[in-house]
Amino acid sequence: MTLAAAAKNEDRPSTPDRPSAIEIDALGKVYQSSGSLITALRSVTLGVRRGEFVSLLGPSGCGKTTLLRIVANLEAPTSGRVRLSGRGLDGLGFVFQRDVLLNWRNIIDNVLLPIEFKGKKRKAYRDRARELLVTFGLEGFEDKRPWELSGGMRQRAAICRALIDDPELLLMDEPFGALDALTRDELNVELQDLWQRSNKTAMFVTHSITEAVFLSDRVAVISDKPGRIVELMEVDFPRPRSLDIREEAKFAAYSRHLRDVLERHGAFRKR
Amino acid sequence: MAARNKGFRVPSEILTLIGLLVLWQAVVSIFHVRDYLVPGVNVVVDEIVNHPQFYFAETIYTLSNTLAAFAIAVIFGVGLAAAIVYSRFLDKTLYAVLIALNNVPKVALAPLFVIWLGTGSASKIAMGVMISIFAIVIDAVLGLRSLTPDMIDLGRSMRGSGFKMLFKLRLPNALPSIIAGMKVAMSLSLVGSIVGEFVAAQNGLGFVILSAQGVFDTNRVFAAILLLALTGTALFYAMEYLERLLIPWHESQRNRSATPVVVMPSPSA
Repeated sequence: MTLAAAAKNEDRPSTPDRPSAIEIDALGKVYQSSGSLITALRSVTLGVRRGEFVSLLGPSGCGKTTLLRIVANLEAPTSGRVRLSGRGLDGLGFVFQRDVLLNWRNIIDNVLLPIEFKGKKRKAYRDRARELLVTFGLEGFEDKRPWELSGGMRQRAAICRALIDDPELLLMDEPFGALDALTRDELNVELQDLWQRSNKTAMFVTHSITEAVFLSDRVAVISDKPGRIVELMEVDFPRPRSLDIREEAKFAAYSRHLRDVLERHGAFRKR
Repeated sequence: MAARNKGFRVPSEILTLIGLLVLWQAVVSIFHVRDYLVPGVNVVVDEIVNHPQFYFAETIYTLSNTLAAFAIAVIFGVGLAAAIVYSRFLDKTLYAVLIALNNVPKVALAPLFVIWLGTGSASKIAMGVMISIFAIVIDAVLGLRSLTPDMIDLGRSMRGSGFKMLFKLRLPNALPSIIAGMKVAMSLSLVGSIVGEFVAAQNGLGFVILSAQGVFDTNRVFAAILLLALTGTALFYAMEYLERLLIPWHESQRNRSATPVVVMPSPSA
């Protein structure tokens, strides 16, 4: 399916009782580290509705990445379970913190990698790969090697790779964490536009309050040791959102609230 | 690097070699070194030019044994490495045996190969494989194991088979290591086939050296050594070329010009 077709097919109900895409049920994860047990996650329960954008916000090392990795089946939980609707794990695209582009492939071949992994015909996806690269401003870079691109462009290519097989779920683990502020803003807008047009369910890990509020329908705040959801906040801004909304009083209020929650759970050092 | 100067370009390696030959000839001439100790360059070149078919045939014999040994070592070496990386059992057993075997002076095994395989090509090829395969196995194991956790996650998130994981991620990622092993193995294959010829043979540059030494034909010894040096150098550059062809993406190959060059002033300048 092309992006344009995806946009046309879009019928995102505005009611909150949409069918759920991800159901996380009493999830727990305990690590053993040099003899002692560390509880990374404790009874995390969260339902993500189809087409929803949910951010997991929390301090470094709070287990938000672990949660995302368990949803993607990259790690096994110690207790509880995750249910994915639709194509399940096959309908999942993952964007990593580091872009993990392969140096021995040019950009378009990197984008087509999931197609080869799934044993599908590359030819049928070449046009879609080109279209994705154009959408993310990478026109003309198809034949370049990853090291010839800037950090922001590399992460754009990594997002294209995650989207090539038209996943239902897009899981992102601090994808913009290593980028400069301006590139980050730009990518936030691009990601929002793409998500809105393509009717995907998104789970986004970040430690940036601004990013979480700007992008999300709901923000789940995860506390440190043990990691659990201490707050689930709806963000009520019309879409598409422009970067200007960050100056609005409502945006500041959302941010303030999230900061309060994080502070209450000891995310910031006492002065 | 674009050529700004339109002068005639000579690779600096060739200039260095010519310089060495000139030095050799100069030392022999100035100190009147006797031919049966160290012949002059001209004498050695004359020796080769006067027996072209003989030297060509002997060089081809040694070269083909070397290439056969190299090919076998690469195929089996990479195969063994993959088996070792994928099997805990083989890792614990075979890898340990290989490491132990590698510490046996392999030259000491050459007489055994003659007993088992005769005095023909087979024993030379076996010797070449024996000496060179370890470099490939050890480097290939290292390369195949160096898949980063990020790449493993990427592979798992794409839900491909183990087969895809091997051919699309693990093997290409290991290629720089494997090629490093191949470069070493190429030289060692040549060493192996010469050692084989030293023990028992009727052909090859190693055999020429040994039989000429028996009759104090120093010219012939030097001629064979010169041809061996040229063969070894050609093989080395062939590997460099292969490296540039196979891993142009590797850090070591980026922005690399074909060969360092010395620009000679153009005649018109």
